[in-house]
Amino acid sequence: MDANTTINKLNARFPESVTETHAYRGDDTAVVKKEDLLQICKFLRDDKELQYNFMMDLTAVDYLGREPRFEVVYHLYSLPFNRRFRIKTRVSESECSVDSIVSLWASADWFEREAYDMYGIVFNGHPELRRILLYEDFQGHPLRKDYPIKKRQPQIGPTC
Amino acid sequence: MVADLIESVVKILFIFSVNIGFFSPILGWVERKQSALMQDRVGANRADVFGFTLIGLFHPIADAIKVLTKEDFVPEGADRLFHTLAPFISLTPAIIAFAVIPFGGQYVLFGHHVNLIIADLDVGILFIFAFASLASFGAVLGGWASNNNWSFLGGLRASAQMLSYEVVMGLNIIGVIMVYGTLRLSEIGAMQVNFFHWGIFLQPVGFILFFTCAIAENKRAPFDVAEAESELVAGYFTEYSGMKFVMFWMGEFLEIVTIAGLITTLFFGAWHLPFVSDRMLVDFFGFAGPDGANILAILVNIATFFAKVLFFIWLQMTIRWTLPRFRYDQVMRLGWKMFLPIALINIFITGLVLLVK
Amino acid sequence: MSDTAKDLHSEYMVINMGPSHPVTHGTVKFLLTLEGETIIDMKVDIGYLHRGFEKMCENGTWEQVMPYTDRLNYVSPLINNVGYALAVEKLIGIETPQRCQYIRVIASELARISDHYTNIAASGLELGAFTAFLYFVEARELVWDLIEMLCGARVTANYVRIGGLKNDLPDGFKAKTRDVFKRCRELWADVDHLLTKNRIFIDRVRNVGIMPPKDAIAWGFTGPCLRACGIPYDVRKFHPYLVYDQMDFEVPVGEKGDNFDRYAVRMEEINQSMRIVEQALDKLPSGPINVDMPEYRWQSKEDISNRIESLIFHFKTVTEGIKPPAGEVYSAVEGANGELGFYLVSDGSGKPYKCRVRPPCFPLTAAMPKMVKGGFIADIVPTFDMINMIGGECDR
Repeated sequence: MDANTTINKLNARFPESVTETHAYRGDDTAVVKKEDLLQICKFLRDDKELQYNFMMDLTAVDYLGREPRFEVVYHLYSLPFNRRFRIKTRVSESECSVDSIVSLWASADWFEREAYDMYGIVFNGHPELRRILLYEDFQGHPLRKDYPIKKRQPQIGPTC
Repeated sequence: MVADLIESVVKILFIFSVNIGFFSPILGWVERKQSALMQDRVGANRADVFGFTLIGLFHPIADAIKVLTKEDFVPEGADRLFHTLAPFISLTPAIIAFAVIPFGGQYVLFGHHVNLIIADLDVGILFIFAFASLASFGAVLGGWASNNNWSFLGGLRASAQMLSYEVVMGLNIIGVIMVYGTLRLSEIGAMQVNFFHWGIFLQPVGFILFFTCAIAENKRAPFDVAEAESELVAGYFTEYSGMKFVMFWMGEFLEIVTIAGLITTLFFGAWHLPFVSDRMLVDFFGFAGPDGANILAILVNIATFFAKVLFFIWLQMTIRWTLPRFRYDQVMRLGWKMFLPIALINIFITGLVLLVK
Repeated sequence: MSDTAKDLHSEYMVINMGPSHPVTHGTVKFLLTLEGETIIDMKVDIGYLHRGFEKMCENGTWEQVMPYTDRLNYVSPLINNVGYALAVEKLIGIETPQRCQYIRVIASELARISDHYTNIAASGLELGAFTAFLYFVEARELVWDLIEMLCGARVTANYVRIGGLKNDLPDGFKAKTRDVFKRCRELWADVDHLLTKNRIFIDRVRNVGIMPPKDAIAWGFTGPCLRACGIPYDVRKFHPYLVYDQMDFEVPVGEKGDNFDRYAVRMEEINQSMRIVEQALDKLPSGPINVDMPEYRWQSKEDISNRIESLIFHFKTVTEGIKPPAGEVYSAVEGANGELGFYLVSDGSGKPYKCRVRPPCFPLTAAMPKMVKGGFIADIVPTFDMINMIGGECDR
């Protein structure tokens, strides 16, 4: 099997959904439409020749000024084939939500909560989507690029 | 009459000073130093007077000053009366129990008959048990009155554990009582003048069970589930500070001494040196005149007794710093499913042997 | 009896374990629902040590991130340094000199040893085996002495640089390592005697906190906790980085995935890591420790004084930071707790656009309720110790 198996298979199976692929520095990456994310993830996990059984990491990136603004990034790993794969999906600010993949990988639970906490991206179908690292009354989402680094939270009080 | 009074007062003062004045502060130091030795450390050595640290011996004094000047803290919502009462209930039995433990034989001093035991009760062992079970009230009350969930859990654990192990301990003692045929501790001690009649030879299984149960009864590692600092913060004395906390702590240390004393009396020949009777001692010291010989014999008795006590204290400390902690259900299982049947079998076999004899 | 029990009013005890509780180390809170001593429900609350790692990284230069990584897993900071440096180097596309790679392996393994020491020591302490704790803390002190010799600091190492290292191995490092490892092996044997065959210890950790392999994968377990389930996934073997492919070492695995296996795997990994350090010290090649790329790695003082391009790039990299090409990479190393991944996004400027850490203990902590539900309060202690949740890494 050649190195781009996953990308090729994805392209063959979901020609409509995969909008972009690259393998920068050897990291296979596919950008998919967010509507089909859950399906694609399920395919990646369950396909006999892929078996991405690990959801290693989930995070988001804020490309302020680009539309759609956010990218949710999933890092998958296949233990049987010792392969890594990155799958990304773009989320706009106005419609800031994506399907939750907790039903596929239990590890996504806290990672999705963290992404919600830091970027305000809502994961539809998440069993308990609430802040995880910050407290309930925290205002805003600190890792958004438009969150000023010196902003003070009301509970902390104004700068002296 | 007056002589009796003087005798009693002297004995009480002696035991009091040995226990409260010597053992309870010194054991804290011993524990620190011994654990330090076992763990490649130096141990407490910072308290000094004019630059002399005296291998850390000033620490008990420094600690005493510290705890006496600490705020006596009663948490909000706590039952003030029982919160205050609990440490007393826990400490008092530990002191009183020593009253019936003999630390020497019977001598004639200046024409007066001297028995080296404070209260020579004919139900000596039962007396100790009665007071040991009182101590569990201290733990339960302390845990309940603190109005803290962790204390509460600790108190529950303590009460369950102490009750269970008292049963097993009582059954162990029955073997000893059957062998010696008396409840009076001074008589049990006197019977062990023959080296081969030491309890350890007559009741080896009983000794192991009794020692283990006694440690469990005292709630020290590996049975310290009631205070398990990693699970329950500090168990039933989580909400105690200052002098009240130290009373729990002293109760624990004095119980170590009591356990060591009881084991010495029941299983290790009490105040006797192997193969040496009190009569032989008095004869040996005959050169010092009748009273002098008796005094010297008494001193040898006391020294022998406390040497054995110290050994068992050391043994308890070593165990405490070697073993990890049981889990609560494992402690209970050990008590009810292992020790209880063994103790019953032990009684049965003892009875069989006595019958055959 | 049963009728009385039915009539009695009873309710579950809901209790906060932490954040200031001896077993949670001040960095996590368990909200427990108890029926007697049995855990009916558990909620884990983290974030008490959140310091905004990513936000800080995005507002500093690429090099300024290095000291921050020390504070991720503060028990094995050198691995974090190496992991971050490797990720940035992958982003730029540079390969460091052989000597540098060997020294990085040595540094990582020393950090791993000290991490495992700390973990087992703390577990022993919390299970009441205070003596085992102090034995391993002594061993850790000795390893930290080595780390101090290597980089001048014991905990906040900040030793690795993008494209090289802060300094070369000091003189006498090999001899010192030999002495330290000799003593460490004695202490290891002592702790092994105190714990591995101790019935009480085994009773506390055996069959507690079991995670079946299938669930462990689904929950994203990596590192010793995954290997305890019998899955030999180790980044050092599966995606060899640095010179791990030239090292001879084994990856210990467990059978059941309970706390005892986690303990046993860690104990064996200490030995394997020592072997790696010794091999790396024996094979250590001579040569430079830094890449000769002035635009990414500062040159020596001498070069800066004598070579014009060194001087210019020194000035530029100090004032603006190094500028990796735009792109994104994910690079993983085997941290002491599992896969420590860095996902970096560069927009071509002097600051990271995104610097994401995949903390190995984050998914492990998430699985706490699954592992202890139905057990006793006392089971939280070994389970929480054995997943080795490090606040700095989990909360970032």
